[in-house]
Amino acid sequence: MEKKLDAFKAAFPYTLPVMTGYLFLGMAFGILLDARGYHFGWAILMSVFIYAGSMQYVAITLLTSAFNPLNAFIMTLMVNARHLFYGLSLLDKFSTTGKKKPYLMFGLTDETFSILCAANPPAGVDRGWFMFFITILNQSYWIIACALGGILGSLVSFNTKGIDFVMTALFVVIFLEQWLSQKNHAPALIGLGASILTLLIFGPDNFIIPAMILILLTFTLLRKPLEARFEEKLEPTPESGK
Amino acid sequence: MILTIPQSLIIIAVIAIGTFLTRALPFILFPAHKETPAFVRYLGNVIPFAAIAMLVIYCLKNVSLLAAPYGLPEGIAIAFILFIHLWRRNVLLSIGGGTLLYMALVQFVFV
Repeated sequence: MEKKLDAFKAAFPYTLPVMTGYLFLGMAFGILLDARGYHFGWAILMSVFIYAGSMQYVAITLLTSAFNPLNAFIMTLMVNARHLFYGLSLLDKFSTTGKKKPYLMFGLTDETFSILCAANPPAGVDRGWFMFFITILNQSYWIIACALGGILGSLVSFNTKGIDFVMTALFVVIFLEQWLSQKNHAPALIGLGASILTLLIFGPDNFIIPAMILILLTFTLLRKPLEARFEEKLEPTPESGK
Repeated sequence: MILTIPQSLIIIAVIAIGTFLTRALPFILFPAHKETPAFVRYLGNVIPFAAIAMLVIYCLKNVSLLAAPYGLPEGIAIAFILFIHLWRRNVLLSIGGGTLLYMALVQFVFV
């Protein structure tokens, strides 16, 4: 029990930025869904079982057009293809999480991924429970926010324009933290370059999958030099302390 | 509602399954009890850096540099975040400050 409490206490501060972001994005989702005739019960249902920010917004469109489950399925795979990357990065970290693993996989949103790959539990805190609480706290914020949006909907009247920038800010800060933690900036620059290049070529609605392919190709071609430099970093030799 | 309740439930179920698939597939392909191929382990080491960079661009994908306000609100807010984060290294301050600045910019300056 104490093990879990420690992990919870360690996890909570890391989730605060996500709480802020999810609160507003989730409420906006609940409001939109309510306006299309789906009351807050539907918002809760979707945030419990789907739990994917951008996909739930797409779902509103799918729910308000002709019934086409196959189209909905393909759309989901395309919109969420970027999640494949997250799993690949967390194979090791999730490998010892036992029964918590299916839920950790289920809850792997953009925001949870960005926290999980940046945050390390303090010494003595169990990594599995630490990651579990980050994930479940994030999802609870999302569920509560979506429900609140559906219930309070029209009552919210202050100007929230621009509040969604909180997610961009979160990712920028994590990007910077990663940058400062590494001597070798090639992986970050490859991600940045490939994304910008494919965005310019394919446009905002279609660039993610080409970006992922380009990133994978570049990493494959540069494996030798990149791997050599990364191993130096990951396993510091005594000399590196000089 | 355009769809009936059962139709809506089916659409939601399909989206839930599709989403879980994209998140679970790497773990299904490379289970913990089997040795992960060295190439995949290498990818797992380098991808996080590229993936966060991709997410930043994903968030900014609808910003146009060719039409007013030429991405200025985003550019200014990000520059502010980088500056204040390098200075104070306080995550909540950087994220909160950057977001408030951005909101002020799009609500009052670049309207």
